[in-house]
Amino acid sequence: MTDITLAEPRTAPTTTQPVVSMRNVSKVFSNGTLALKDMSLDVGRGEFLSLLGPSGCGKSTALRIIAGLGAPSSGSIAWPTSKINSRGLPEGDVGFVFQEPTLMPWQTVFGNVHLPLRLEGMNKTAARPRIMESLASVGLADFAGAYPRELSGGMKMRVSIARALVTKPKLLLMDEPFAALDEITRQKLNDDVLRLWKQTGVTVIFVTHSVFESAYLSSRIVVMRARPGQVFSDLSLQHTGDRDSEYRTSEEYRATTEKVSHALHEAIHAGGGTH
Amino acid sequence: MSEIVHNGPGSADEAGTDSAVAILRPRTSGTEKVLRIVVPVSMLVAAVIAWHLAVVLNNIPKYILPAPYDVVLSLWNDWPTLLPALLVTLRITFTALILALVGGVAMAIILVQSKWIELALFPYAVILQVTPVIAIAPLLLIYVPDTQAVLLIIAFLVAFFPILSNMVAGLKSVDHNLLNLYDLYGASRWQTLLYLKLPASLPYFMAGLRIAGGLALIAAVVAEFAAGTAGQGSGLAFRLLESQYRLNIPRLFAALLLLTGTGIAIFGLTSFIAWLGLHRWHESAIKREN
Repeated sequence: MTDITLAEPRTAPTTTQPVVSMRNVSKVFSNGTLALKDMSLDVGRGEFLSLLGPSGCGKSTALRIIAGLGAPSSGSIAWPTSKINSRGLPEGDVGFVFQEPTLMPWQTVFGNVHLPLRLEGMNKTAARPRIMESLASVGLADFAGAYPRELSGGMKMRVSIARALVTKPKLLLMDEPFAALDEITRQKLNDDVLRLWKQTGVTVIFVTHSVFESAYLSSRIVVMRARPGQVFSDLSLQHTGDRDSEYRTSEEYRATTEKVSHALHEAIHAGGGTH
Repeated sequence: MSEIVHNGPGSADEAGTDSAVAILRPRTSGTEKVLRIVVPVSMLVAAVIAWHLAVVLNNIPKYILPAPYDVVLSLWNDWPTLLPALLVTLRITFTALILALVGGVAMAIILVQSKWIELALFPYAVILQVTPVIAIAPLLLIYVPDTQAVLLIIAFLVAFFPILSNMVAGLKSVDHNLLNLYDLYGASRWQTLLYLKLPASLPYFMAGLRIAGGLALIAAVVAEFAAGTAGQGSGLAFRLLESQYRLNIPRLFAALLLLTGTGIAIFGLTSFIAWLGLHRWHESAIKREN
């Protein structure tokens, strides 16, 4: 084990409490794969944190554990600022966007966004304003009555985001949400997510394997290494000015991607993985 | 004068918007609509004319092969005999189908609750399926005093399995990400069943329904053959046999025509129900266009 280059786990130097805090989380799958080893991570309020790393580094596993999908083999997850329900999860505080849109094809766009509220027992009439607000925030207010099959890939993803935001979560978890989209749609959705992050002040954990995506979106990038999955380095990004199409060609963005790219490169070579 | 001509402003932006996808209903042209009716109908008419000509030209006697006209005449004249028989067969078919729907769906829901329940019970469902159910008719006739009840049990057993196996497949093939999503939002078992698993298995249910609908009718007829019902209160199968014994072939054909009509009606009805349930969202009910 060459742990020399491992970054110190960030131990919340800020005065405010983290939204979620992972402590020494390990995950072993039933086939014996060690997906995560001793991962510790504090996510501060309002951060846009990207988990970046090569495939197999456990970034999606970490996200799923935070979401309560699959318990860690050891270690703990704490929610210092949330009310915890009987299942050890924060009450209605987490939204999740999967890699696929994961929409119910038999429900309209409206019905799909209604789902989280419906499961809380809120009927259509009571939920309508919140659903329409959420749909409007992703620019799909006119498509409430459409079925998923009638939408393009990018629009389905927007519905998925609207569904995740309809409960007004404190924490939005996104698992490589735009990996399957074309570059143009992807850039547009990146801008949308950034705008929603600024507007709502939601904390975002965004899993990606794209240096450019993470450098564009994040206020903080946690680079992970593979085999075993661990935090490798932790970068804070300061963005001066707006992030827009102008920014994509700026020197600042270029320098950021270089830095992130470098960190990722080191992480790949630190891991014993194939690449 | 050689200036590089850029595309107009906005064209690059529009390439990025995916919110302007127009959804147009596919239309079949008027001619195609007419042909869709004309082609099968004229084919049917041609077949009936060929039948008629074959009988007339070859001088085939009525007790071997009646002409279409004789069959229609028999249908008209024997209607008072045939109608009650048809109603009996219909009653058995539909009661069996409804019981199979309720029983099959309920059983499937129970089976998928735990793998232990499935391990314990599924073999019996398979045994039931692979045993030619008609072979247990003699046994049922001993145990169950009422012949009509025997017919109902057999038709039920035959229609039950396609519903059960399709529903089990449907309930098990729910998208794992959607299941995760329901877990994430703390959905109860009941909510997951009602909002996710049952709607997701609707296409499977519809496939089962269409198979079971046809099988229920077949089973109702075959069971009656096996049970050897007779006289008042018997179904179309008895009238078929009776016509055969009496060499009343036109009436045999008339009874056959009624059974075929019933089969087509059941197929149409189950297909329509499937269309109603699926046409808005499922691939099976959507016309493919390339």
